[in-house]
Amino acid sequence: MTTTTPVAGTRRRTRHTAVAWLFLTPFAIVFLLYTAVPTVAALGFSLTDLRGTDLRHPLAVDFTGLDNFVRLMEDESFLRDILNTALFVAVGVPLTMVIGFALAVVLNSGIRRLRGTFRTLFFAPVVTNVVAVALIWQYAFYADGTVNKALGAVGLAGPNWLDDPNLAMPVVILLGVWRNFGTAMVLFLAGLQAVPDDVYEAAALDGAGRWRQLRHITLPLLLPTTLMVSVLLTVFYLQAFDEPYLLTDGGPLGTTESVALYTYHQFGAGEFGMSSAASFVMLVLVALVSLVQFRLLRSRV
Amino acid sequence: MTAVAALRNAETATNRIAVPRRSVARPLLYAALVLCALLTTLPFFWVVSGSLRGLDEIRSDPGAWLPQHVTFDNFLRLFRTEGFGQFMVNSLVVAAIVVAGNIVAASAAGYALAKLDFAGKRLAFGAVMAAMMVPFTAVFVTQFVITVDLGLADTLAGIALPSVAMPMSVFIMRQYAASIPDELLEAARIDGAGEFRIFFRIFLPLAGPAVATITIMSFLASWNHFIWPLIVAQSMSTYTLPVGLAATSQAAAHVTDYGLLLAGAIVVMLPVLLLFLFLQRYFVQGISGTGMR
Repeated sequence: MTTTTPVAGTRRRTRHTAVAWLFLTPFAIVFLLYTAVPTVAALGFSLTDLRGTDLRHPLAVDFTGLDNFVRLMEDESFLRDILNTALFVAVGVPLTMVIGFALAVVLNSGIRRLRGTFRTLFFAPVVTNVVAVALIWQYAFYADGTVNKALGAVGLAGPNWLDDPNLAMPVVILLGVWRNFGTAMVLFLAGLQAVPDDVYEAAALDGAGRWRQLRHITLPLLLPTTLMVSVLLTVFYLQAFDEPYLLTDGGPLGTTESVALYTYHQFGAGEFGMSSAASFVMLVLVALVSLVQFRLLRSRV
Repeated sequence: MTAVAALRNAETATNRIAVPRRSVARPLLYAALVLCALLTTLPFFWVVSGSLRGLDEIRSDPGAWLPQHVTFDNFLRLFRTEGFGQFMVNSLVVAAIVVAGNIVAASAAGYALAKLDFAGKRLAFGAVMAAMMVPFTAVFVTQFVITVDLGLADTLAGIALPSVAMPMSVFIMRQYAASIPDELLEAARIDGAGEFRIFFRIFLPLAGPAVATITIMSFLASWNHFIWPLIVAQSMSTYTLPVGLAATSQAAAHVTDYGLLLAGAIVVMLPVLLLFLFLQRYFVQGISGTGMR
């Protein structure tokens, strides 16, 4: 799929090099300034005792080696946040994928009328503003909110969702799933479209029913898409910030604080060294998952 | 397959594993879809219904599903709220900078990566892929320090700058450029056209769909971006809409002025939702563009 101009000789290659890098300059500047340098600097910061007050002179601070990482490992709230984040991934990713996949299959095969309308509706949450949505969620889930009103109508006493240590996380995850299943659906739809029609026709001629077609054709052929979607979503849920920050700010009792939110809270407290160390842990986790993704992409191309 | 081709297919989806017309499964499928659609759109219903209720009505019966008396009072109060107009202008200015930057940076970089042979090409493409994978939470502290050092803290430029050349835009443009036949460019080269001429006269006029996708995606990213503006904007004069709304919500939560907040939520969501209804093809292209490879 990646057609490249054949190399026509050293002279052209040289001429193109200057032009190409000129074309790449705007991206390169922003990349260096806001990705490359910050990544290296973050690693440097994580090895110092940088506090908020030192910010103007980050080079003047003490180099403390791995102290921050040791402090992290001893910080019970950080370990708790890793577990919270793992829970976010472990529940959020499969749930998002199952919903997205089911809707993609139904939209792709079962129906013809209103397909576009349904796809639009299911995709709408992806483009909505998270601050706005979080407000709606708070309005719906607080003690006298819309959800409890509906529960009351069927005779159930609704809890105070976001203040309950057992219930806050499910609501936060629910918001994540609501915002993301449309993305999974669209990617699965694109994957389904790549399966050639004749495969199904052949299977149908051999007497395979729809379930057997799904089981023996769609699922195996969609494996690359499935792996890709799972990696994308894993990276996304690993970095969960907006939902827990806006709904609960990590509460109640830290039950919804993610690693990303921990990073932010340390930053807010002026503990830039600690914040960067936690960031680095996050970077390693995401890099590991991304590496898997890279491998998968390589094997497909 | 290229992302663009995938999308073209998704647009004109063929009817695979067709359910027989008179089968019992068909009404069941529709019923299930309608149920899912209702659940999905429930939050939108809540926000509209809540925003149309008066303050006293919300106080006396907070969780009601429908307004007893429809009123636009919340929206009027919202636009009279201090700073709100400023937040909106700020969001638009930041979005304009981000969109313009992405069109320029991505069309140039994407063209070079797909159509030019040059030393360091693998390195450059690797940088694009790597940039897409670096988690924001891993770099925001140092990004903030750099922004402070550049003297851009608490400025709209400081909010916009990190997003003016999003790797996602470069990737989308690169994928699109790869689908344009080399023969077209070679013919121009043989005729003696320079690379700039080819880029402006031949490539750009053909790149319309990709430019549209990038415009939409970068506008969406900028309009909805939350953490970075939250960190960089330190005074109300530089708050963008989401940051302003979050700040207003923290202040308003004490008086539970949900009418005002839900009206704000609508004003923040509406432009993107309307844009989405008209141009959803490009939104979907953008998502698939980053996912498909």
